[in-house]
Amino acid sequence: MSDKKKELKPNTYKFDTLSLHAGYQPHKNAGSRQVPIYQTTSYLFDDVDHAAALFNLERGGHIYSRISNPTVGVLEERVASLEGGTAALATSSGMSAIFLTVMTLCEAGDHLVVSSQLYGGTVNLFRLTLPKFGIKCTFVKPRDTEGFKKAIQKNTKGIFGELVGNPGNEIMNMPEIAKIAHDAGIPLMVDATYQTPYLCKPFEHGADIVIHSLTKWMAGHGSSMAGILVEGGKFDWMQNDKFPTMTKPYEGYHGLSFAEEFGPTAFTMKARAEGMRDFGPCLSPQNAWNVLQGIETLSVRMKKHCSNAEEMVKYLSNHKSVAWVSHPSAPNHPDAELANKLLPNGKGSMIAFGIKGGKDAGVAFINNVKLASHLANVGDTRTLVIHPASGTHSQMDEATLKFAGLSHDMIRLSVGIEDIDDIKNDFEIGFRAARKPRLVSNQ
Amino acid sequence: MKFKVNGHEVFASTGGRPFDKKKPLIIFVHGSGLTHMTWVLQTRYFAFHGYNSLAVDLPGHGLSSGKSLKSIEEMADWVSDVIDAVGHKEASLVGHSQGCLVTVECTSRYPNKIKTLSLMGGAGAIPMNPELLSLAENNDPKAVDLMMDWAHGPAGHFGGHPVPGLYHINTGTMLAKSRTIQNTLGVDFRACDNYKNGFEAAKKIKCPTLSILATDDKMCPIKEGKKLASLIDGSQVDIIDNCGHMMLLEEADRVLTVLKKFITTNYPPLSS
Repeated sequence: MSDKKKELKPNTYKFDTLSLHAGYQPHKNAGSRQVPIYQTTSYLFDDVDHAAALFNLERGGHIYSRISNPTVGVLEERVASLEGGTAALATSSGMSAIFLTVMTLCEAGDHLVVSSQLYGGTVNLFRLTLPKFGIKCTFVKPRDTEGFKKAIQKNTKGIFGELVGNPGNEIMNMPEIAKIAHDAGIPLMVDATYQTPYLCKPFEHGADIVIHSLTKWMAGHGSSMAGILVEGGKFDWMQNDKFPTMTKPYEGYHGLSFAEEFGPTAFTMKARAEGMRDFGPCLSPQNAWNVLQGIETLSVRMKKHCSNAEEMVKYLSNHKSVAWVSHPSAPNHPDAELANKLLPNGKGSMIAFGIKGGKDAGVAFINNVKLASHLANVGDTRTLVIHPASGTHSQMDEATLKFAGLSHDMIRLSVGIEDIDDIKNDFEIGFRAARKPRLVSNQ
Repeated sequence: MKFKVNGHEVFASTGGRPFDKKKPLIIFVHGSGLTHMTWVLQTRYFAFHGYNSLAVDLPGHGLSSGKSLKSIEEMADWVSDVIDAVGHKEASLVGHSQGCLVTVECTSRYPNKIKTLSLMGGAGAIPMNPELLSLAENNDPKAVDLMMDWAHGPAGHFGGHPVPGLYHINTGTMLAKSRTIQNTLGVDFRACDNYKNGFEAAKKIKCPTLSILATDDKMCPIKEGKKLASLIDGSQVDIIDNCGHMMLLEEADRVLTVLKKFITTNYPPLSS
């Protein structure tokens, strides 16, 4: 036996264990090994004093499932633990998580700096819908790090972006953009749906709020809509006077100052107490449970998603029907070095590629693959394809498409975890049709 | 609210209510390297039920200015100064971990000022693991990670926070890392390690005292808490099963229920 003194090491649970256990104690739930589905709208109060204490945030607990629910609470805590965050708030979809984040942070007259390469629905929220609430946005291309700095105004309340842009796979330089945000006294909000915490923990690179569409890889099985916002806990809301709704007494809770009372969990507490109360985009307990099932196998699935994606990048890069391939694992990707730094466990399973023959070839490809599913989702266990210019981003005009980095020959591929040979064989069918679009489409 | 003690600005959470000099005062004293935030599930209740609830940030911690105090004795005098600074003549004290050493010492020094004493995860002495002490004094974030590991019981490691969506361990970690580790945790750990007067101080305490102890407390094992309680005349002891050192978060409801009964009985609120 060694007589060397044993080094002290923290024995807090690690990622794979937290994926299965965080946020839940069976002995407090009748010994139920599986997380129970609390299919209820409301919760009994012990007495009037107890009810008043719950309403007044004097103690923890549940009142009404629009605000919180025990099953949803397990999901929230589990994702917070996996991200290294202090707190999380689950919502009915990824879009509602983004909306709730913005409405918790901003009020009319405020401004945001936003990456231009985003999911089409998010672009429309920032470009068309938020201005109706008096919140304006300046879009900056994700690789234009200096552009984010230049776009900050006196009334700017935050920077928002997708770490790896949808659908062009451009990567934001998160550490540098976080520094720009923090130098300006504002938070960085990152939509990390494509990565999941298995591939990247944005808080470790300076992000302050992380948002996920849990519908995608986190749930992973294409069964349930869900979203979440997670708080990093480092951002100091009291450092300046930009965030009075966080720091000043709030009339809605007897003069409560969220920042003073709740410190590193203040943003989530406000999003729940105000946002869920007033907007109500709550997640159903059944969907929360479905997402929890997905998270149990997150690391196992993400490994397979990433290895299949890397195989597909090689296959597509050498294919005669393919004009170009964009994926952070490709050595010629402009952000390959940054990707290696930010995504050491894998580069994700979203590939964009251009098909030779342009839009017509793209349509023929999509119409003829049999295994890959043509639909408006990503991050399913099954392989998915779509032609963004005619699908997810079809509400954009030509100029906006160009600014968002989209082209008419682009096909967005979400690589599933099927046998890789079956995916390739299916693509061969699609490519054959694309080379002879008229002949095949008439079959 | 903010006020000055010995020339330095002090922050104390009032539980969301304005400070009212007519109401009896409860002062909550946090543990090593932490802040007023640890008391959020206890302070708001008292603030809305007839008390002035002051969860202080010790000097150099949280939102308080100045440098961290280097000894438990200095901290005990500082708590007494806080009572004076907010215009009160007496107070009820609640301490957690290092806060227990501080409040025990304060109560023994100022017996006429302190009306009740509530100790959570307390002990008469808290000798530090030398390696942990060294890590904290050398600003190594591993010190915080180790503290959070040891401070949570087996159940606490899984989570299940009473406030939906909050994750204990990461929240505690963020609190302990909110200021420079060596200037907060490092100084506090050294102060705990140096403090030897706990058992003697306990013998002098005559006010009603409550000790809340947890079966899975690795930072201040339950036998140490019982030993301290046995030295205080008439001390009540409440033991929480399946819970670690962070009982004020891990079993927040239980702690609040016990604390509420003890304080309202022995130091009634303004309304009663």
